[in-house]
Amino acid sequence: MSYAVNKPYYEDQAVVLADLYATMAEMGKTNPFFKFLAWLHSWVLSTDHKRIGILYLIAMFSFFAIGVSLGLTIRLELFWPGQDFISATTYNSVFTLHGVIMIFLFVIPGIPAIFGNFFLPIHIGAADVQFPRLNLLSWYMFMGGALIAALSLFVGYDASSGVHWVAPDGGWTFYAPYSTTANSNVSLAVFAAFILGFSSIFTGLNFVSTIHRMRHPKQKWMDMPLFVWGLYGTAWIQVLATPVIGITLALLIMERAFGIGIFDAALGGDPVLYQHMFWIYSHPAVYVMVIPGMGVVSEIIATFSQRTIFGYTSMVLSMIGIAFVGYFVWAHHMFTSGMSEASVAIFSFITFFVAVPTAVKVFNWLATLYKGSIQLDPPMIWGLSFVFLFSIGGFTGLALGMVSTDLHVHDTYYVVGHFHYTMFGGGGVAVFAALHYWYPKMFGKMYNFTAAYIGWALFFVGFNVLYGSMLVVGLQGMPRRYHDYLPEFQGLHQVGSYGSFIMITGLLIVFGNLFISLFTGKKAPQNPWGGKTLEWTECPTPPVLINFYKKPKLDHGPYDYPGEWV
Amino acid sequence: MSATVEAQDTQVNQEELFHFDHHHTDYEGGKFGMWLFLFTELVLFGGMFLALFVYGTGEYAADFHAAGKSLNLFKGAGNTLVLLTSSLTMVYAITALQKGSKFWALTHIAITVLLALTFMVVKYFEWTAKFEHHLFPAKIAALESIYGPSDLKKAYTTEYKESGLSIAAFNAIKVDSNGNPAPAGISAEEAKEYTHTRYTRGQVIFYGMYFTMTGLHGFHVLIGVVLLLWMFWCVLKNTVTAENFGWLENVGLYWHLVDLIWIYLFPLFYLVA
Repeated sequence: MSYAVNKPYYEDQAVVLADLYATMAEMGKTNPFFKFLAWLHSWVLSTDHKRIGILYLIAMFSFFAIGVSLGLTIRLELFWPGQDFISATTYNSVFTLHGVIMIFLFVIPGIPAIFGNFFLPIHIGAADVQFPRLNLLSWYMFMGGALIAALSLFVGYDASSGVHWVAPDGGWTFYAPYSTTANSNVSLAVFAAFILGFSSIFTGLNFVSTIHRMRHPKQKWMDMPLFVWGLYGTAWIQVLATPVIGITLALLIMERAFGIGIFDAALGGDPVLYQHMFWIYSHPAVYVMVIPGMGVVSEIIATFSQRTIFGYTSMVLSMIGIAFVGYFVWAHHMFTSGMSEASVAIFSFITFFVAVPTAVKVFNWLATLYKGSIQLDPPMIWGLSFVFLFSIGGFTGLALGMVSTDLHVHDTYYVVGHFHYTMFGGGGVAVFAALHYWYPKMFGKMYNFTAAYIGWALFFVGFNVLYGSMLVVGLQGMPRRYHDYLPEFQGLHQVGSYGSFIMITGLLIVFGNLFISLFTGKKAPQNPWGGKTLEWTECPTPPVLINFYKKPKLDHGPYDYPGEWV
Repeated sequence: MSATVEAQDTQVNQEELFHFDHHHTDYEGGKFGMWLFLFTELVLFGGMFLALFVYGTGEYAADFHAAGKSLNLFKGAGNTLVLLTSSLTMVYAITALQKGSKFWALTHIAITVLLALTFMVVKYFEWTAKFEHHLFPAKIAALESIYGPSDLKKAYTTEYKESGLSIAAFNAIKVDSNGNPAPAGISAEEAKEYTHTRYTRGQVIFYGMYFTMTGLHGFHVLIGVVLLLWMFWCVLKNTVTAENFGWLENVGLYWHLVDLIWIYLFPLFYLVA
């Protein structure tokens, strides 16, 4: 089978698992059905990292839309006190699924799976990832896990009450003892998360191997773009931490099915052990969500300031530092769970160390802007939003890391607000930044800037109104995960809900703009932003089947801009 | 993937083109990926060892000690020997192939598979012996005490599908710290029957972990058997040869890991007594 090397990666041909594709393509010349089959085959069985990235993109933004709808449902229910639209039980399932979908299906895999898959090999001058078939398997495991999560909504059956369609509840953390005793469909949802974990492990394993083995011979470790460094740190966390949640969730399923006793106090076990094992993974996973975002923003800020990234080495070290320290702070989620006072004090102390490398990064980004030639194009606006929103998330996190304040705001809306500032304002906004930055390269089209600005502005305002009001209402004492509340919180809850309406309007404009531009956008040049990394300098727009026409030339660093040392 | 890359654009220099097979023949890279995977397996089992450590060294140390005595040391030690030997034959298989002897490679893969199956058969007898002594994870034990041993299988399936004994009902049959049943929700007769299973809280966890960990390990052995049979096929069909033995080596690495985990499971369960 032969390949045309000068066509865009998404046209007519593909690197596929079996040569069946060629047969179908041949028959497709006369039969439109076989033509369709060949086309379908060339996507769902392609081992091309770019096509897999696009598959992830479609899947994840679909899940994101579902997650947003569930979030909107929560905001509508909270518009007035009392039960308005959905019952308390349904509310529990809605916030659980909002969490499961957003965390496991969108933010954790978001940047590595979409943009990591698409751009990691290009950034290091390679033709594909180290294990292309494993890469495809990861996507199938991801979709399988997602399917099971969706199934858990419908197949639940509560034998004690005879009720069908019992959706999982108890929150995305599935804390014991509720999760070990609940009659809702927790086991299946947990199994879905287990599968998704393995998808994540395989992606991480693939990326670590790829970065070690497939870099351009001229690209030494300290010549790698910071996005690659971000993926590298993330991939190690995925490889080292995800198995812990895999086994924790497996033990939870065993507990529910056979009563093995380790998380069930009545049988002699300890529910707090579940929390420990859960957060040993899930705290590092917080950095899985945000470190690749930091990589993206580093690329964007350097490109749109046309200036060498300030303190490259400290950027790399701080990224690795965050990934490393992130392993040792897990119990700061558990200050009120009944740990010893000594553990509480120690974990609080270590938690503050995370703030140091994070602050180093923020200062470095600001220093990069200094005397740069700043161009406020949409990707840059999103990138700077990341820095702003994530800083707020970081500062509110310091208040939570301090035991004395945490005891007051634990399990209030303050935590929800902080969490969304870091995860959505950090991880989520970084996805949008990356999408605006690489959209021209991925699809070969430019999008409408005016619509992008309007969408961003509405999003940004709505975001701060929504999650800012959560911070305030939490400080006033509103506990989280309730479908009802005292009348005095109504004002702020309504403000928050209005914020969510504005934010979602912004999101609709942003995604509508990007979608319409697929058809109406102007053709994108090879390097629309003047970037210096390989995907802009050597790779055609859109990328061809094996990324480069020939072995890419690498005669400059990723941030060697004019006027700098070259 | 067939390797020929045909340049349709004449401007493209054929020799400078990226080679599709570049990443498929990276022997070092394949090994690197396998080691990373083994790392994740270690962490996976590490989570369970952590839980075992927490309970086995704490207030339940005496319970673990007592429960450990109920395990059959002879069968356990025998199985350790079987797995260690299988690791040896695995190495023989790889060495034989590297030295070009297809016959001895196939023979040693076959012996490894047989040893793995021996392990599983011994494991089967071990578990059956436990069941005969009414040693189950707590939930099965509770069901047995209510439905009796003969209807246990039926009880477990109906528990999910038809009967009223849901997880909530199960929760009502917990043991207290003295091994006495909590009477809430069940009849006095059922409670009395349940007392006969005589679990202390530490023993509940010991057997829970015993069945979980040896079960998951056994599952890994079975996966290993499938991989070994696949390797047998590949060597037979010359897909894996004296020049291209990366896959066989990686399966070997996996097999040693399965062995290694058992080396830790054996003392922690069988020898704590």
